[in-house]
Amino acid sequence: MTLVSVSSLTVRYSGATALDDVSLHLDRSEMVALIGANGAGKSTLVKVLSGLVAPASGQVTVNGRLAQVPEGREVFADLSVDDNLRLGGWRNGRRGRDTTAIYELLPALVPLRRRAAGTLSGGQQQMVAIGRALMGRPDVLVIDELSLGLAPLVVEALAGHLRDLHRDRGLTVLLIEQNARLALSLCSRAYVLEAGRIVLDGDAPVLARDERLTAAYLGGHYE
Amino acid sequence: MSDFLGYLLTGLGIGAGFALVGSGLVAIYRVTGVVNFAQGAFAVLAAMLTSTLLTAGLPHVLSELAAVAVAAVVGVLVGIVAIGKPGTDPGTSLIITLGLGVFAYAVEIVLWGDQPRSFPGLPGVATVGGARIQAHYLLILGVTVPVFLALAAFFSRTDLGKALSACASNRYAARVVGIDVRRMGLLAFALGGALGGLAGVLTTPVQQVTFDSDVTLIVNGFAAAVLGGLTRPGVALVGGLLLGVAQTLIAGYGWGAYQLEVALLLMLTVMIVQAARSGPVREAAR
Repeated sequence: MTLVSVSSLTVRYSGATALDDVSLHLDRSEMVALIGANGAGKSTLVKVLSGLVAPASGQVTVNGRLAQVPEGREVFADLSVDDNLRLGGWRNGRRGRDTTAIYELLPALVPLRRRAAGTLSGGQQQMVAIGRALMGRPDVLVIDELSLGLAPLVVEALAGHLRDLHRDRGLTVLLIEQNARLALSLCSRAYVLEAGRIVLDGDAPVLARDERLTAAYLGGHYE
Repeated sequence: MSDFLGYLLTGLGIGAGFALVGSGLVAIYRVTGVVNFAQGAFAVLAAMLTSTLLTAGLPHVLSELAAVAVAAVVGVLVGIVAIGKPGTDPGTSLIITLGLGVFAYAVEIVLWGDQPRSFPGLPGVATVGGARIQAHYLLILGVTVPVFLALAAFFSRTDLGKALSACASNRYAARVVGIDVRRMGLLAFALGGALGGLAGVLTTPVQQVTFDSDVTLIVNGFAAAVLGGLTRPGVALVGGLLLGVAQTLIAGYGWGAYQLEVALLLMLTVMIVQAARSGPVREAAR
């Protein structure tokens, strides 16, 4: 079942074209990556999917609930980890704001629950942002830059959590990443976005061997 | 000594009014980023309305509560005008509230005239530790302190309060999790209106109110709020009380003409110190 379907999407910001004729789709229980450099239009796509930006033309269909892990994590710095998580369930109403299940999914957050989110390390904040998004009980989790500004070991740990969530819960993930290596190792399919256009797409193992991608994003050393 | 205690308690009562106005400013600023210059008008409006309702025969408490409720509604209206249009920059909203504050003068003069008004509060004189003060000052404190405790509980214990804090902490993330930031802003304006109104109805029995009393209230309320960087209601409470006590002591020992200057001086000092300490870097980092 297709959860997210984007067809011929074009977005313009005061004349400048941010996304140009972009089409992609995401099926249930898939992990798909959208790879691109800074300014390729990745964040614009996230904003369109979340309804924060209106498209100039094209169609966007989201079947189900979508929750976002925003770029830069964007935790509520002055609020406790627990309050961050609770507010992730804001749309659910009071009964849907019980955080117990999230602590079972992300036990590393348990000892941090009373800490102000702003005092945590980048990796811990990313975990809070993921937990907060999961509180919305999403059908699709959109992660905007999982690895940005984080140490490789921290990224590997977060990737491990996502793999587990995907395997155990059938979580559907759209991962927006600059780090092609990470994206291709985590996801089964990927799209490559350049200057607002999809220039390449396909299964991750195939893309990992594609010369155009390895030259542009992997320094030619992807093994 | 009993003189001093008298001034102290009276000052705390006066300061509670500043603290309420100041915390209303803080409530609105935290959530919307707007400094609401119409904040003093909520107090004047509620005070004038209470005097009318009491004259019309409504009992105490009911009159005051009704006036506070009206002030909250007026708060929402000010909010709708100031932040209702999506994308309005906080600086623009500030100017709008300034304009609305002046507009409130016109409305107040038309409805209530330009003469000072007051109404009786809690009658009688209380003796505390040898100091004789009007009992009403104790009532002001007896209401203000629980109101601040309730505010603290609201922000830290309820999801709605946390959502308001979330808007203050990170507006973008608040939108991401589905909090309607504009509605929260209007709620903050309602809260600000109610707190301002409460300041008006509580202090008017001991200090007459005229249409332009909002200047004293906003200057002192702002001075109290700016102590906590406009973001911490608890500091606004302490700041307001300190200001009230300082001013009453100054008046009590014979320099009554300089009361407002104390607030201005304090506000300027705090702002200069804060600007020197944090500077434009912190502003830019927000």
